[in-house]
Amino acid sequence: MGAEVFEQVRTALATQAREAVVAHGILALTIEPASLGEVARQLKGTFGFDMFLDVTAVDWPERDPRFDVVHHFYSTQHRVRVRVKTRVPESDPTVETLVPLYGSARYMERECHEMYGIVFRGNGDLRPILLYEGFVGHPLRKDYPKQHEQPLVPYRESK
Amino acid sequence: MSRPLTSLPNPIRPAFDKGTSEGSVIVNIGPSHPATHGTIQIVAELSGERVVRTDVHCGYLHRGFEKECESHTWHNLIPYVDRLNYCSALINDFAYCEAVEKLMGIEITPRCRYLRTLLSEYSRIADHLTCIAAALMELGAMTAFLYLVTIRDYIYEHIADLTGARVTYSFGRIGGLARDLPEGWLKRLEEILDQMDTFTGRVHGLVDRNRIFIDRMRDVGVIGTAEAVNWGFTGPILRSTGAPRDLRKDTPYLAYAELDFEVPVGIKGDNYDRYYVRMREIDESTHMIRQVIDKLQPGPISVDDRRCTLPEKHLVYTEIESLINHFKLIMEGPQVPPGEVYSAHEGANGELGFYLVSVGGGVPWKVHCRSPSFVHVGGVHKMLDGYQLADIVPTFGSINMIGGECDR
Repeated sequence: MGAEVFEQVRTALATQAREAVVAHGILALTIEPASLGEVARQLKGTFGFDMFLDVTAVDWPERDPRFDVVHHFYSTQHRVRVRVKTRVPESDPTVETLVPLYGSARYMERECHEMYGIVFRGNGDLRPILLYEGFVGHPLRKDYPKQHEQPLVPYRESK
Repeated sequence: MSRPLTSLPNPIRPAFDKGTSEGSVIVNIGPSHPATHGTIQIVAELSGERVVRTDVHCGYLHRGFEKECESHTWHNLIPYVDRLNYCSALINDFAYCEAVEKLMGIEITPRCRYLRTLLSEYSRIADHLTCIAAALMELGAMTAFLYLVTIRDYIYEHIADLTGARVTYSFGRIGGLARDLPEGWLKRLEEILDQMDTFTGRVHGLVDRNRIFIDRMRDVGVIGTAEAVNWGFTGPILRSTGAPRDLRKDTPYLAYAELDFEVPVGIKGDNYDRYYVRMREIDESTHMIRQVIDKLQPGPISVDDRRCTLPEKHLVYTEIESLINHFKLIMEGPQVPPGEVYSAHEGANGELGFYLVSVGGGVPWKVHCRSPSFVHVGGVHKMLDGYQLADIVPTFGSINMIGGECDR
């Protein structure tokens, strides 16, 4: 059942997808950032990928473009998942928001924004969600030191 | 000597600070409130006692789980994933281990597969018991609470006999489990399951047709299937809307394909349905555990693979190959080939997914956890808006938000 849907998606998105492979039971599409919105609309509208599972990023500091933005979708009808990967550069880490298509994108894009600095164009609410207001930097980027501290409440001096 | 009170910066920026109509007030609920188990802050606009809109903030328990994962070996992460959903830590363990095993191309032994299934279901029971007990207690049903947590405590003690810990077990291993069942463990398991049937029966008797309970739960926090899917809801919340979506059936993993079980669903997607779906799932889990006990055969619990399984202790002390193997696995970690994987289990609250990226070597490049609680908190305002202020407590209880996995 899954293989059939994968084949249909692969054929339909052949022009947009630079790469489309099935690995560990998931169809992984690699696309250009500009076509993300269109790909997501097709996945949802035509192929029934009605659940937005997850968005996160992967940081490759040595590489240009530096970030992979990784979306996962699930179809409650076909019971399979699709991974959509786009590459964005550090200078302009922008992809289209999927909030108009999926409500659940709202929180997860906020998390991805604060952790990696990915900007979701069209998402008006990118306030911090797991971090606090005024936090400087993006902690899941590889160049953010793990031990770095930004206490919200100043430490007391020891006597 | 008294120090001057300095005002601290507000850690959150509420989405609104003015009411939409004359006479409405903005109220902060949490982050530390006796009725919100877990640190969560709900900024609510109230018109009288009616909730007009809410802005839900989480993150008070954020501890950099994903950042921390990037500097430890694959094996060292097991205690961390335990602390995501600490009500059913074993499910986290097994979901994470399976994701790594997929990357390494490891197939676990049949005994391990059955034991993981059994322990996942056992954990699910403990998690549902906790959720229902807390939700009932918040409505004043102290007796039902005590019945359920009594059983939960039996389960905790019983799992402690196996793993050595009551809550955070660190029991999964890549390619297997930490140890096999101790003598007499299954016999005690049967006793606990029998007692639990009695106790959950009493809870059904106490609350199912109880007027107060029904008034507080029926038609409160209603959500429909389409809306639930749009907001990414999975697990008992999605099933309470009537959609029989369960990863154990839809994308079978472990031994679920061999088991006979039903997927209980609700009718309306209100608080009552979520309570009832969880109660029915406890029954189904019990049914599954009994089937697994019958299928359980003796055999090895860990794969015989030197890339991930530690050699036996007596060999470490007597032969140089095992000593080196042990040293390499501890110091450098299991060597996971480059690649990426997304693997999901049906956690007690919904889809618990791990997205792992490896560049080869003993330390992950990236670990991302798709936690059901975080997604549910992202859509919970749909179930709070329009109801009474007092309804926030049972609705929020029926979400079963777990701070550990929500805030990571």
